[in-house]
This record gives sequence, C-alpha cells and structure tokens, in this order.
Amino acid sequence: MTLLDWTVAPFVDYAFMRRALAGTSAAALGAAPLGVFLVLRRMSLMGDAMSHAILPGVAAGFLLSGLSLWAMLLGGLITGLLVAVLAGVVARLTPLREDASFAAFYLISLGLGVLLVSMRGSNMDLLHVLFGTVLGLDDASLLLVTSVASVTLMAMALLYRLLVAECLDAGFLRACGGRGTLAHMAFLVLVVVNLVAGFQVMGTLMVVGMMMLPAAAARFWQPTVAGQIVLSAIFGIVSGFSGLLFSYHYNLPASPAIILAAGLAYLVSVACGPQGGLLHGLMAHGRTRFR
Amino acid sequence: MLNAEAAVDTKVSSHPVIGLREAAFGWRGRAAVQAVSGHFDRGSMTAIAGPNGAGKSTLVKGIVGLMRPLAGSLDIDAQDRHRLAWLPQVAEIDRSFPITVLDMVAMGAWRRVGAWRGFGHTETQRAWQALETVGLTDEAGRMVGALSGGQMQRALFARLMLQDAQVLLLDEPFAAVDSHTAEVLMQLLCEWNRQGRTVVAVLHDLAMVRAHFSQTLLLAGRQIAWGPTAEVLTARNLAAAHGVLREWL
Repeated sequence: MTLLDWTVAPFVDYAFMRRALAGTSAAALGAAPLGVFLVLRRMSLMGDAMSHAILPGVAAGFLLSGLSLWAMLLGGLITGLLVAVLAGVVARLTPLREDASFAAFYLISLGLGVLLVSMRGSNMDLLHVLFGTVLGLDDASLLLVTSVASVTLMAMALLYRLLVAECLDAGFLRACGGRGTLAHMAFLVLVVVNLVAGFQVMGTLMVVGMMMLPAAAARFWQPTVAGQIVLSAIFGIVSGFSGLLFSYHYNLPASPAIILAAGLAYLVSVACGPQGGLLHGLMAHGRTRFR
Repeated sequence: MLNAEAAVDTKVSSHPVIGLREAAFGWRGRAAVQAVSGHFDRGSMTAIAGPNGAGKSTLVKGIVGLMRPLAGSLDIDAQDRHRLAWLPQVAEIDRSFPITVLDMVAMGAWRRVGAWRGFGHTETQRAWQALETVGLTDEAGRMVGALSGGQMQRALFARLMLQDAQVLLLDEPFAAVDSHTAEVLMQLLCEWNRQGRTVVAVLHDLAMVRAHFSQTLLLAGRQIAWGPTAEVLTARNLAAAHGVLREWL
C-alpha cells in the first residue's frame, strides 16, 4: 500500500469519510479564532465548563422532540448561556471566585444532562451525545457545522479589533467609549454556538479539544494573534484529517483519535515550538552558559 | 497631531472643565475616596498626591467614567468627556498579550477609527510620529511584552498622544520609570499643558509635584486639601494625610 493509498483512498472511496473530513474541517475553522482568544484571555477552562453546561439543554431538546437538530441546538444554547450568566452572578455577589462557581455549575449541568439523556434514550444515544457521530454525519448536521463556522469567522472578523483591545486593556477601551462588554458577550455566545454545533461532530466531551488544543499549540509557533489563528485552524484541520485516517486504518473510535492527533501536535509544540518551547529554552540557556 | 488642535484651543479660560461636589467613588458600594469637592480649571496642571490607599486611582477612574459616583456629583459636559484621555497604571495592561508596540499605540486612535473603520494612511502616520516623539521608532515592531518598564511607559504616552485629547488624566505615569525617562515624559506633559490642555496626574514624587504642578489635590480616603501646590503640600497637611490613613487601617 503506497502512502497515497493510505492517505487519500479512504476519502475517495467512502462518502462518510469525506463528510467526516468536511465536518471536522468546518469545526476546526470556526473553533480556531475562539480557541486562540480563550487562551489569550486565560479562559481555557471556561471552554471546558461551557461544553458540559450545554449538555442538559441538548438532552432536554432531545427529550422533547427527539433527534431534532434545532431543538437540541436551542436547548444547548439556553443552558450554556444560563450557566455563563449564573456563574458570573455568583462570582459577583459572593466571595466564590468565577472559576469555582463555573466548575460548580457545569458539574451540576453534567449530572443533570446525563440524567436527562438516560431517562429516555438508550446508552447508545448517550454515547452519541458524549462522543459524537463524526462518521455518521447527515446533511442537516453538516450544514449546521459549516454555517456556524461561516458565521463565526465573519463575526470574529467584525469583533476582532474590539476583542484585541478588550484583552489588552479593558479599562482603556471603556474610557474610549468602546463596547468591550458587548464584544465579550458576543464572544461567549459564539463559543457556546460552536460547542453546540461541534458536539454533533465530536461529542460534548471532545468538542472543546478541537477548540483548545490547536490554539494552545499554535501559541508556541506564532508571535501574533493573527498568525496564531491561522496556524490553529491548520492544526485543527490536519488533526481531523490524520485522526480520521488512524481511526479508519486501525479501527479506532474517530473523535478520540482526532483529539489525540491534536494532542500530539500540542505536545510537539510544547517541546519544539520556537515561541517559548522547552527545547528552545534549553538551547538558549545552553548558549548563554557556553559564553 | 497634538499641535493640530492646539491652535483652536489657545484661549485658556478659568472655566472649570471637571467639577466635583462631595463626590465619593469606590467598588461594590464601598467608597475608596469620598468628600471630594472642587474643580479642575481648563488648561490647568494639577497633581493628585497622597499615601498608598488614598483613593487616587479610584478618583481618576471615576472621573474617566469607569464608575459612577457613589455619592455627590461629577460634572463634565458631554463634549469634554469625549475629549478626555486616560493613561492607566502599567499594571492594568496585559503585557503578555501578543501585540506590537505600533499596534498598541494605534489603539489611541479609537475614538476616530472605532471598531470597524479602516486604519488609513493619516492615522498610521500619526502613530509613527507619536512613536518618534517618545523615542520608540526602533521598537515599533517589537511585542509589548519585550519592552522595559520605561519603554512601556513611553509607548503609553505615545498612545495618549494619538488620542489628541484636551483633558489628560494620568495614573502614576512615572512609576517604574528611570529618572531620565521620567524627565523626558514630564517635559512632554509640560509641553501639552502649554498648548492649553488640562493635565491631571497622580504622582508620588512630591519634589516633581512642587517643580511642575501649579495645583495639587491631596487625598487620604477623603480630600485633605485642594489648591495651589505651595499651600497644599505643607508639613501639616501631609501629616494629616498620613494620619487619616493610619486611623483607617
């Protein structure tokens, strides 16, 4: 078997593989700018919390109207935003820090979500929600993921300058009359929408990986925000591609394989990346000692 | 850039640009500074002094509009509010954020450019000019995280310059800055003041206050004194300021 056969043939031969690749690529494109800003704003764990927070909403949508995409999307959106708002309120009104109150609410959400799914669905449904159905994407799911990615990229282009200014110096932006808080809210909505759309592809537990791992990896290679976003999208797409291939050839579950591929990219970046990677630091240290 | 509007604003009137009446500011309903009454005259140069925890930064943030007064009132007319610029403490800025010095300085054009308008040739020119004035032309392409404390402060002054404001509020502009840089930046402030701009600066160095600022507001959780510097920075007032705060703590 040639390398070409190994890498290209599965996608040529099978429609479900092409759909999976399109789905993961779209998810990677939408997630890239969001992940980069989550990393920059030190909100990486927020993404994780949000992905759990959408579960009860998705489950409720599933309970009320079966496998209807729109019901699940709406449900996920509602509980995701609800948790974000509630955690913010608790952090403001009580001494509990925001990260702790986020953790508390998303754990409650996770418990509630799993309970709701298992109330009516079978274990198989639960597995689908948790780990996604990347190899079985239908037209509606594919359309949803690609539309969300398109809207996200356009919205992020509009919000870009605001978000950069808000991250760098929020007070200054407010003093200049910039709508930093509004941009922040819009950003949170985009994160939730992408997680909800992405859970079709990767599952609620894995979808954050597509957002955070490529972004965290890109940080080790590119000094600028724009560079990190582009590289993060590339990492995401390549991880999807290679993860699907490994899953195909070695009969592995697809979404964990994709996340592990992204994880590998991250580990290599931590070790070798020129922007603060470990080896780079060691080498610089060695050079200065040599002199 | 800064000189552009200076011609328009040559007449320095005694009309107050910012007025405070029994104003109190603070966070979460707790006042960090209260009972501040007085006004900043147009074209004046005022230092805000006081011990640590006196509420100096809080007062400045309140004037800038980052919070509403908890009590009393703050008067700035809408036109002046739009021509007011704030230089935050360096610590408030996320210096690990990956942005170049030129881009950060360019943020000063926010009121003219906003979130969506294109950043045209004129604005780029202004940003470079501002960098040149503070002596950072060579650092334009570097990341802000790579700057020294003094260079960062120079960059913030360049951003302030780009804002082209009539009222400038500076929060500890010379903290973590070497004495040469402090002198250069102080000269810039004096120059702006000569152009008719109102300057208000939170300062620790009382010698600098005495040398360059005609007016001083002395704070210690509340207003101790406000007026001509020589009358405010007396041994008695300073002792009172430190005494009040000790009582509080």
